[in-house]
Amino acid sequence: MSSLIECEDVWKIYRVGDVEVQALRGLSLTIEQGEFVAIMGSSGSGKSTLMNILGCLDQPTKGHYRLNGIEVGNLKPDHLAGIRNQQIGFVFQSFNLIPRTSALENAQLPLFYRGLSLKEQRAQAAAALGRVGLQGREHHYPTQLSGGQQQRVAIARALVTSPSLLLADEPTGNLDTQSSQEIMKILETLNRDEGITIILVTHEVDVAAYAAREIVIKDGQILSDRKTKARPMSSPVEV
Amino acid sequence: MSAFVWLTMLTALRVLARNRLRAGLTMLGIVIGVAAVIAMVSIGEGAKRAVQAQIATMGTNVIIIFPGVTSASGVRGSQGSAVTLTVSDALELKKRIPLLADTGWTRRDVMQIVYGNRNWNGPINGISPSYLAIRDWSFTSGGPFTQTDLDSAARVALIGQTTVENLFEPGEEPVGAVIRIKNVPFRVIGVLAPKGQSAQGSDQDDVIFIPFSTAERKVFGTSFIGSVGAMFGSTDQVEDLSMAAEQIREVLRARHRLQTEQNDDFTIRTQVDLGKVQEGTSETLTMMLFAIASVSLLVGGIGIMNILLVSVTERTREIGVRMAVGAKRHHIMMQFLIEAMTLSLVGGALGIVLGVAGAKLTTLIAGWPTIISGNVIVIAFLFSLVVGLFFGLYPANKAARLNPIEALRYE
Ligand SMILES: Nc1ncnc2c1ncn2[C@@H]1O[C@H](COP(=O)(O)OP(=O)(O)O)[C@@H](O)[C@H]1O
Ligand SMILES: [Mg+2]
Repeated sequence: MSSLIECEDVWKIYRVGDVEVQALRGLSLTIEQGEFVAIMGSSGSGKSTLMNILGCLDQPTKGHYRLNGIEVGNLKPDHLAGIRNQQIGFVFQSFNLIPRTSALENAQLPLFYRGLSLKEQRAQAAAALGRVGLQGREHHYPTQLSGGQQQRVAIARALVTSPSLLLADEPTGNLDTQSSQEIMKILETLNRDEGITIILVTHEVDVAAYAAREIVIKDGQILSDRKTKARPMSSPVEV
Repeated sequence: MSAFVWLTMLTALRVLARNRLRAGLTMLGIVIGVAAVIAMVSIGEGAKRAVQAQIATMGTNVIIIFPGVTSASGVRGSQGSAVTLTVSDALELKKRIPLLADTGWTRRDVMQIVYGNRNWNGPINGISPSYLAIRDWSFTSGGPFTQTDLDSAARVALIGQTTVENLFEPGEEPVGAVIRIKNVPFRVIGVLAPKGQSAQGSDQDDVIFIPFSTAERKVFGTSFIGSVGAMFGSTDQVEDLSMAAEQIREVLRARHRLQTEQNDDFTIRTQVDLGKVQEGTSETLTMMLFAIASVSLLVGGIGIMNILLVSVTERTREIGVRMAVGAKRHHIMMQFLIEAMTLSLVGGALGIVLGVAGAKLTTLIAGWPTIISGNVIVIAFLFSLVVGLFFGLYPANKAARLNPIEALRYE
C-alpha cells in the first residue's frame, strides 16, 4: 500500500517575462494517510505553490507527484477536476464562498458536480453543516455569517464529499483568536475521529501546534520536517 | 445530469433576477428583433392574403387586354386613352383562338346618376353579354340582362353595392327602381354581390353595368362607335393562360397591321401575371424582414455576448471555486450557455408577446388585416435559442478555459 502523498524532486518554475522564479526547487515529501501536517515558512517560500500542486490545482514543472499511487503530473484538466472532486477538500484563507448563495448551497457545491440527486445533495450538505456546528444556519447567506462561521461553511463544503485529503492554506489568517481555535478544533476532530489527512499552512505557532508534524519550507525546499506529537492511537490508518 | 441542468437554470435565473435592469437592456435587441419580425410577418401575411383574395375577384383564369401600353405593375392611364381595341377585335379573337373559352368587353365612363333627390357620380360600364360570366359576378337580388335586353339596347341597369348605398335608403329594394343616367331613365334589374377592392385598389362595387349596345347608342355618344375600354378573355385551364395570351397578341398585331419593329398598341395581362407582381412585392418584403431580423438578432446576440463576458469577469473567483471543488470544463461551459440561452429565450418570449400585440394593435388601429402564424412564433423562438447558444459559446468557452489557481486569486 503506497503512501497518500509522494513528492519526488518536485520543481515549480514560473516564467514572468524574462525572469524565472523557482518557487519549488527539487522538493521531496511523503505524507501518510491520516496525518495532520502543518507547513510553515516565510512569505514567498513556496507554501501555496506546494499546496496547489498537492491539491491537483496545478502540476509540477519537473519531478513526480503521486496521490494515492497515481501519477498526477500529466493528467488532463478534467481528470484533475475529477480527482479534486473525489479525493480533496479545500479550505482557503479568504473562505471563497459563492456570494448571495446560501450556506446549504455552498456546502452542496462539490456534490452538484457529482451528479447526485437534489435530495441527496441537500441531505449530505445539511449533515456536513451539522458536523461543523452550523445546524439552523442552512439558509443564511455568507454576508449574514461571521468570518468564523463562513470558514465553517467552507469546511463543510470541503468535507461533504468525505475526501481523503483536506488542504487548508492559512485557514485562520483572516480570523480572530477565538474563531481560529474553533476552526482548529474542528479540523483536529476531523483528523482524529474520521482519519482525514489534513495539511495546513500557517504562520502561527499555536495553530501549528494542533498538527502532529511540522514542515518548514524555505526558498522552495524543505528546511526541517519533524514530528511534534506522537500519532494518536485511534488513527484508523494504523493497521 | 437533470439535477445539474435544473440547478444551473435556477442559478442563471437568480443571476438575471439580481441584475434585472442589465438583463433587460441586454435582451432588448432580441426582444425588438423578434417583435419586429412577428409583427411584420403577420402584417405581410395579412396583406398577401388580402391581395390574393383581390386577385381572385377578377374571375377565374382571366386575361385582360387594354388599349395602349401599360407599365408592368398594371398601373396605366385612363381606359380608352388610345382607341385601338374594338368590338370586332374581340369577336375575331373568339373566332380565331380555340383556347379562349369566352371573350367579353367593356367601356366605361364616369357619369352623374340620379335617383329621386339623390345624386351620385360613378362609373357606368357598358358590357358585352359574356362579361359578367368571365368576371364571376353574382347577384344578391334580381338577375342579369336577357338577350332581348342586349339586342334591343334596353334601358336596364345592374348596380354594385357601393352605388346602392349611395343612391338608396337602407333597406330600400333597388330592383325595379328607375334611375337616371345622363338624364336617360334606366330600370334596375339586378344588384350585384360585393367584390370589394381590386388588386389595383379601386372599389369594384362602385359600379353600374348597362348593356354595351345601350351604352353606345344612348349614353356615351357616338364619337367612337365600336371601340372598347378593355377586353376580357378566359380559358378553361390556368395552364392555357400564357399560350392564349401569346395567341391574342399575334392576332391583334396582325389585325392592327403592326410592323415587326413597332411595339404593341395594347397590353395583355393574365391573372397569373398579376399574381406574380404581388409575389414579387412579398419577396421584397421577405428580404427586408430577413435583413431586419438579422441585424437585430445580431445586435441582440452581441449584447448577450458582452454581458456574459462581463459576468465571467465578475465571477472569476466563483468559477475558480467551482473548479477547485471539481467542476469540469463542460460544467462551466453549460453554466454560462444556459445563462445565455435563458437571456435569449426570455427575450424571445417577450418579443413574441410584443410582436403579437403589435400585430393585433395594427389591425385595431389601422384596420390592416394581420395573420399570426404559429410557424413564425416557433421559428422566432428557435432563432432566439440559437442566438443565445451561438453568442454564449465564446464567453462560456472563455470561462471554461480559466486556470483554477489564477481564477481563485482574481481580485
Ligand atoms: N503565478 C505565479 N507567477 C509567478 N510567480 C509566482 C506565481 N505564484 C507564485 N509565484 C512566486 O513563487 C514564489 C512562491 O510563492 P507562494 O507559493 O505563493 O509563497 P507562499 O505561499 O509561501 O507565500 C514567490 O516568489 C512568488 O512570487
Ligand atoms: Mg501563500
